[in-house]
Amino acid sequence: MCGIAGILCPPGERPPPGLLEKMAKILGHRGPDAHGVHADDELGLAHARLSVIDLAGGAQPMHSADGRHSIVFNGEIFNYVELRDDLLARGRRFRTSSDTEVLLESYRSAGPDCVRGLNGQWAFAIWDRAARELFLSRDRPGVRPLFYTIAGGAFLFASEVKALFLHPAVSREIDPRGLDQTFTFWHPIGDRTIFRDIRVLPPGSSMRVRDGRVEVWSHWQPAYAVDGARRSAADWAEEIRALLVDATRLRLRADVPVGAYMSGGLDSSLITALIARFTATPLETFSVTFEEAEYDESRFQDEVVSHLGTVHHRVPCSRRDIAAVFPDVVWHAETPILRTAPAPMFLLSGLVRRHGFKVVLTGEGSDEIFGGYDIFKEAKIRRFWAADPDSPRRPRLLERLYPWMPSIQSLSPAYRQAFFRVRPADLASPFFSHLPRWETTARIKGLLAPDLRAALAGYDAREELLPALPAGFAGWHPFHQAQYLETAGLLPGYILSSQGDRMAMGHSVEGRFPFLDHRVMDLAARIPPRLKMKGLDEKHVLKEAAGDLVPAPVRARPKQPYRAPDARSFLPPPDAAEPPPDYVRDLLSPARLREYGIFAPEAVLKLVQKIGRASDIGVRDDMALVGVLSTQLVAHHFLHHFRGA
Amino acid sequence: MPDLQSEIRQFIVESFLFGQDDPGLGNADSLLENGVIDSTGVLELVGFLEERFRIQVADRELVPENLDSVERISTYVRGKLDGAGA
Repeated sequence: MCGIAGILCPPGERPPPGLLEKMAKILGHRGPDAHGVHADDELGLAHARLSVIDLAGGAQPMHSADGRHSIVFNGEIFNYVELRDDLLARGRRFRTSSDTEVLLESYRSAGPDCVRGLNGQWAFAIWDRAARELFLSRDRPGVRPLFYTIAGGAFLFASEVKALFLHPAVSREIDPRGLDQTFTFWHPIGDRTIFRDIRVLPPGSSMRVRDGRVEVWSHWQPAYAVDGARRSAADWAEEIRALLVDATRLRLRADVPVGAYMSGGLDSSLITALIARFTATPLETFSVTFEEAEYDESRFQDEVVSHLGTVHHRVPCSRRDIAAVFPDVVWHAETPILRTAPAPMFLLSGLVRRHGFKVVLTGEGSDEIFGGYDIFKEAKIRRFWAADPDSPRRPRLLERLYPWMPSIQSLSPAYRQAFFRVRPADLASPFFSHLPRWETTARIKGLLAPDLRAALAGYDAREELLPALPAGFAGWHPFHQAQYLETAGLLPGYILSSQGDRMAMGHSVEGRFPFLDHRVMDLAARIPPRLKMKGLDEKHVLKEAAGDLVPAPVRARPKQPYRAPDARSFLPPPDAAEPPPDYVRDLLSPARLREYGIFAPEAVLKLVQKIGRASDIGVRDDMALVGVLSTQLVAHHFLHHFRGA
Repeated sequence: MPDLQSEIRQFIVESFLFGQDDPGLGNADSLLENGVIDSTGVLELVGFLEERFRIQVADRELVPENLDSVERISTYVRGKLDGAGA
């Protein structure tokens, strides 16, 4: 796992002196073990290395024996052993035992299509010196990041945006539409980022840069289709289990010890159980605990630890801890976030690193591909009710939604029904499942400064999403449509990035995700929705696959979403002894809000005052406060006080 | 009931729209359907009505028919203040 960066200048020009070294250095948290740069006329490559495979031989940038190709690579190709054997059989020769060289030789052998044979998580760039062509690619679900921009006639790319900002011609500005999308979907969509003219290579995409032209294409997309065969749940479960065993086995390939995140939920418990099968030495597991009972899952973590006998490490997380690390969290996330949930993940990766681990396996991705999230359940019930709106029984199912949210549970039946009622026009919307979430979130755009609101007048972020939907989407089962929106949207846009890669790499830790093995994802996409959510039993077929690998209480427990204290982390209740941290008071002050120009100071003041006196903070106010503060931190870190400038 | 309506609208705007009035939101428009109010917001609204107008909102009155638009809230409050119930 590493940080990569590079620049392709117009012919005749060369990378600015010192730029590559600075790029490698600012990505140093992603790769503290070694730095390397390579310049070849108009091209420059930079690499910061976290040594995981072939500690001695895997230095980068790496060059082919004939000097024609050079590569910088962030990630892992888990099936590199098999690919290497295959290439050897076809006469290729290797000088190292690294997966980087296997990737390079795969490209030399098959060209851009080589990515179809890769099982892994990657972002890489390969320079073809003879063709003067740069090829870049990103893994299927979007585990590893890759950003790019064009400035001063040069093409620049990097694992993180901050490395792009080191080039003097790259401007540092907020993209109003990227901000609008973040305050609707929780993340920018397509190739947008929160920064104007900074693009992200979308998950499952490759690109070619040559003669100043940039060409981007998709090499993989989740494709849902209900398998025609009438297979039983047990039959599916058997195949899932076999594939998960193999996906986990491949992800244990490393020349350093591998640990696991273990939250006490079904997914991470199952992965932990699978690792325990393959690990001779005692497996070490890691988790976060919370002071507040409503967020804490220690009880279930204890169940799994005693069931599997792992050596378990915990890091406690309080509101004060969240506030203390939040500026660093946003420095790493490089985008506004509407929840503080990344902060405990940042503390957790720190715990992992302190115990000498560089690699962890986690249960990420399962809720998207097997249908674990509440949003799937909510959409199913609402659609079921809408099919017979006068039914007295159907709306009673709404009582099963969000058992962990007191404000929902305290609603009268009439109000609950009004909340979840389906507007007739929404039934035909491709976004049916997500409209309530997006509309609730979008209201926080009311906090934006008048100039920004004027610039966004008439803009509807959903209209930008519509043409990006895959062909055939309209014919998919509604459950699959909802899964697609999560898997192609929130998963790479927030879960794997702001909460995943960026929080782990902030402490030089690499996450690996067996559920996001493309074979598991492709299989899950073919499982009928009725088996994923049987009645209202989420991840039903996965539970069947888990069988006795995880303790019964963990298998039977209701899904608890991973959450952390939000606005209260920054604005303590009125009776609290401690005031808000200095940086919070500064960034939310009218003067600073006015200086940065993103939010209306009087609107933010109303929000702050309301939270200050509230006994219960609503979901939207929580999101609004965290969204404003994180956006202010983005502006502080990257627009006004950029460390690399 | 223009005064009562404007006072209630002001509360809605201050509490749920961060003080930024939305001209597109009419007094007869649903607060739920327009995403103005979330589940915590219902409790806030009731707390405001009880404190400001010194009325008691009974559980059976806690229905969208009474509380889901500025106009409906005004009508409901007026009814309570007139002693007619709602």
